[in-house]
Amino acid sequence: MSPFCQSVPAALTNLCQYGPPIIDGALLTVEVAVLSLLLSLGLGLLGASAKLSANLALRSVATTYTTLIRGVPDLVLMMLIYFGGQMAMNSLSDWLYDTFAIEVFFNINEFIAGVVTIGFIFGAYMAETFRGAFLAVDGGQIEAGKAYGMTRWQIFVRIVFPQMVRHAIPGIGNNWLVLLKTTALVSIIGLSDMVRLASEAAKAVHEPFMFFIPVALAYLALTSLSEWGLNKLEHKYSAGVRREAN
Amino acid sequence: MDWLTALLADNSIFNATTLAHYWSGFTTTVQLVFLSLVAGGMLAIPLAVLRVSPNPWISKPVWLFVYLFRGTPLLIQLYLIYYGVTLIEGIQDSLFWPVFQDAFYPCLIAFALNTAAYTTEILRGAIATTSQGEIEAAKAYGMSKGLMMRRIILPSAFRRALPAYANEVILMLHASSIASVVTLVDLTGAARDIYARFYAPFEAFMFVALIYLCITFALIYLFRALETRLLAHLKPLS
Repeated sequence: MSPFCQSVPAALTNLCQYGPPIIDGALLTVEVAVLSLLLSLGLGLLGASAKLSANLALRSVATTYTTLIRGVPDLVLMMLIYFGGQMAMNSLSDWLYDTFAIEVFFNINEFIAGVVTIGFIFGAYMAETFRGAFLAVDGGQIEAGKAYGMTRWQIFVRIVFPQMVRHAIPGIGNNWLVLLKTTALVSIIGLSDMVRLASEAAKAVHEPFMFFIPVALAYLALTSLSEWGLNKLEHKYSAGVRREAN
Repeated sequence: MDWLTALLADNSIFNATTLAHYWSGFTTTVQLVFLSLVAGGMLAIPLAVLRVSPNPWISKPVWLFVYLFRGTPLLIQLYLIYYGVTLIEGIQDSLFWPVFQDAFYPCLIAFALNTAAYTTEILRGAIATTSQGEIEAAKAYGMSKGLMMRRIILPSAFRRALPAYANEVILMLHASSIASVVTLVDLTGAARDIYARFYAPFEAFMFVALIYLCITFALIYLFRALETRLLAHLKPLS
């Protein structure tokens, strides 16, 4: 125990001792959330383009992806990727050793498994959001772009994308709020995020409320802050669009 | 059972014992989800009515409840209830102890409160979008507020809430997988046991993933049938 923690009131000794690592855990939680958000946005854009493409094979791959992922619990997928991924990597390195005598060892760590799984899951939800947003852009505007002789890329960058973002932001925001709370699950596969550190501390000193309530408040702060930011963003991208009077 | 034994003869993982284990996990999951939805729904209806009250002393506490439960992960709520209950003074000597000793009831309480919060929000939205004309008509008939809520607002709000509620039911089914974290052997818990026993992650987890997928599809089908029936009057005349 550090000398400082011996000097605080007895009721706070445990918090003083176990608290600071939990704050590091909170940073890890945010890191996992942001990285998986980026992955899911990329996968979502790819998935939405595949779903809207003229190619039947692409369409069916994307539809299978979004249907399967949205039908299975996050935790089951996470365990499948974490435990199953490790096994697949082990057999890959065995195979490499047997055939090429290359000795490499791939290790799936909890961080990568967590980010990949959450990104992969929310990619499916994002794909649905983006698909809806693509379809919400007025077809006449795309035709107008074509009439001006714009290339497909120019139409996407100048006409479709700026308008799509406006339609996609509420959906992205919702997905982000769910994603943020889903990051709590990475504690189950062993990543030392704030939930895991708090539950270890709570078990060590038999004080669940002292550690879980601050973690709950940290999540509450993150979700509230996100909601505030999303409102601002929505407002910004809705500039020039008349609000429906109600 | 002979045909089943024959079918599984050359299979080391899916034998009668493990399938029985999966089956008991399946019943636990279904019971847990069904009971939490019933309890959560019964809580959500009065809460939603209180939530739309013009009196802030009534609506704000409900808002706070919904805000707290929707803003934090279910896992934390479960931990708070599961580990927190054991700390209540004298609970280990009371007659409630046999109930809370098992992981089932803490899970049920956490899930019911969580789904109650989400359902309250869904119902609130549906109540708020009741068409003004219907309310005026009810007033013109001299209905009291309670009668109007019971006969006009709630029935139409339930119908409008149905698609969003179907989503909530599916999310609840998926969220119930975290019950396995507090030692409850639900479907996911069964898969974890079988993974640990045979060290076969693909077989163990893909099999439950498939079961969850089937339950999800069954729920989607059921809710769609219900929607077609209950929202038939809103369909365009073909």
